[in-house]
Amino acid sequence: MNSLFPSIVSRSQSSGLMNFFVPIISIVLTLITGSIIFVLLGFDPVYALYTFFISPISSTYGISELFVKATPLALIAIGLSYCFKNNIYNIGAEGQLTMGAIFGGGIGLLFHDTNAFWLLPLMIFAGAIGGALWGLIPAILKTKFNTNEILTSLMLVYVALFILDYLVVGPWKDPFGYSFPKSRPFSESGRMPLLFDGLRVHFGLIITLFLIFISWFIFSKTIFGFQLKVSGYSPKAARYAGFNQTTLVFFAFAICGAFAGIAGLAEVSGPIGLLYRDISPNYGFTAIIVAFLGRLHPIGIIFASLVIALTYLGAEDAQLFLQIPSAVGFIFQGLVLFYLLGAELLINYKLTYKKLL
Amino acid sequence: MIRIITFLSTFLVFAFGSAYADPKKVGFIYIGPPGDHGWTYMHDVGRKYMESQLGDSITTTYLENIPENADAVRAIRKLADSGHDLIFTTSFNYMDQTHEVAKDFPDIKFEHATGYIQADNVATYSARFYEGRMIEGHIAGHMTETNTIGYIASFPIPEVVRGINAFYLAASKVNPDIKMKIIWVFTWYDPGKEADAANTLINQGADIIVQHTDTYAPCQAAQKAGVYAFGQASNQEEFCPDAHLTSIEDIWGPYYAERAKAVVDGTWSSGDTWDGMDKGMVVMSPYNTKLMPASLIQEAVNMEVGIKDGTIHPFTGPIYNQAGELVVPEGEVAPDGMLLGMNFYVQGIDGEVPQ
Repeated sequence: MNSLFPSIVSRSQSSGLMNFFVPIISIVLTLITGSIIFVLLGFDPVYALYTFFISPISSTYGISELFVKATPLALIAIGLSYCFKNNIYNIGAEGQLTMGAIFGGGIGLLFHDTNAFWLLPLMIFAGAIGGALWGLIPAILKTKFNTNEILTSLMLVYVALFILDYLVVGPWKDPFGYSFPKSRPFSESGRMPLLFDGLRVHFGLIITLFLIFISWFIFSKTIFGFQLKVSGYSPKAARYAGFNQTTLVFFAFAICGAFAGIAGLAEVSGPIGLLYRDISPNYGFTAIIVAFLGRLHPIGIIFASLVIALTYLGAEDAQLFLQIPSAVGFIFQGLVLFYLLGAELLINYKLTYKKLL
Repeated sequence: MIRIITFLSTFLVFAFGSAYADPKKVGFIYIGPPGDHGWTYMHDVGRKYMESQLGDSITTTYLENIPENADAVRAIRKLADSGHDLIFTTSFNYMDQTHEVAKDFPDIKFEHATGYIQADNVATYSARFYEGRMIEGHIAGHMTETNTIGYIASFPIPEVVRGINAFYLAASKVNPDIKMKIIWVFTWYDPGKEADAANTLINQGADIIVQHTDTYAPCQAAQKAGVYAFGQASNQEEFCPDAHLTSIEDIWGPYYAERAKAVVDGTWSSGDTWDGMDKGMVVMSPYNTKLMPASLIQEAVNMEVGIKDGTIHPFTGPIYNQAGELVVPEGEVAPDGMLLGMNFYVQGIDGEVPQ
């Protein structure tokens, strides 16, 4: 006879199968919990889930919007996976994004009346530099002074936001904008080209897919990727193998910062077209969920970014057609993360039923 | 014969027209949740008023918590795509986004709050909140004992600067010794920052707190410290009854009803509306009879009457700027153009507008 309740036993090796299934399990559990919430609120759960997850992408425009929203999430998340694979907890991507927007956008404003093919590439480059420099600050603090990168990277988010505040209220304010806190618009050649007429999905998507592909190559085919992984799994083993942890920390932060910076620049030169205070609806923080939901794997991150992007779009349709408060979108994001962290247990542990007799 | 046809068709329209005409859909974009006080709350009150006035001829929906960034385009377009006939975007920073969507939907009418750019299908509207500031200034000039006013300002945009000037001009008229301490918090809505600013101002000797931000945190901080405060956007009396002198209330309902009616009737046209107390768009909350002497309340009420009938204007010359230059000559009032672009302090206010 077996005991009624399973006991948790450590696996000798983490389960590759579970690694794949954990995100799916957490999404299924989220949908079930979501349905229960909808029923409790008095809605037909099928119609509610349809409104939340299908209706937003039932048009070409909707699908384009899904990609607009997923692009920065995926790009930042893939950058974060360089850090997270190495057990570096950079949670300051929002600040690196902001700095990228400031550097790249600054170039855009400097050449606001220039129309030239080199403008956008220069802005993207500057955005990457800005994000990388901002990412290197916690890297230096961590390696030189042994500070906790969770704190420093987070605090630098607010510093970056205040710098942006200062710029759009002060020196970069639109001279024709009645003193409102926003910059003048970038010139046409400082804008991300649109991929299709009438849709907002832009060239940033191509950049993102390209960088995800490069990252896949780095993670699986290069020594650097191998070093990141090893020193993440076992810092001691990495040290014995002679890997330089300091260099790894610097590279991880710089790459992550650069990717977030490009994401920020893509946002201001894409759908926005100028600088103002609220350029990002917390993409840098939401991307942390995306990175973990995607198991730090390039393909996983692509799907995860689409799922999380959908929760934003769904929240709007739910308000419009069901009159449900927008907070429902955040509830879904919270549920996904909650179940994800819970189900993570299954990767390294298994449930067994002890024999009683 | 023609008369019979006319009669019949009129009859048919009256009998069936209202039953067959689809209700017009009116959508709103809100920067925050409606909640129970402040800017978005008052827009939602206006929306409900419009519903109550127009009954079955309209239906309304809103999208709340829409950030003022690229997301706003999607949200506005969502309303446009789902068959809305009239869309109100209720925050200044939806300006570019409103126009971006509006140009793709020429048949849909858009109304952008506090903006300054119009299009064929985009009207703008705002309220002359500064009229209320004048009354607040007058009250403050009488009520202060430390002659120090603490002013919590949001962003150095003309609307806010205009409010500060209107307040100071009225306050210094009754009390030439008055001093203004201004803290710029660079937010419209942040209870923590607003309360911190209020406490700082109180510590610096301010015994009246004025806010151009959205929460009741400053008013509650004032109540705790035993000083007075003016509320903003909605009547805040219930949150701080022992500090609250009055609030400037934004009353959007009649405007919303009028514009929606115009869409129902097919008479909507673009334009710029900037109404004040005379049209009931700016209303003072009931004056606090426990804290204010009856004579002062009477003066404030008289002032309201004067503003309404045009005999009183908050910006009546002579008005000097900080450099001592005459900007509004004696006997004249500041033109709307000057008010709309106002980015300077009047003489007597210390410090400078953040640039």
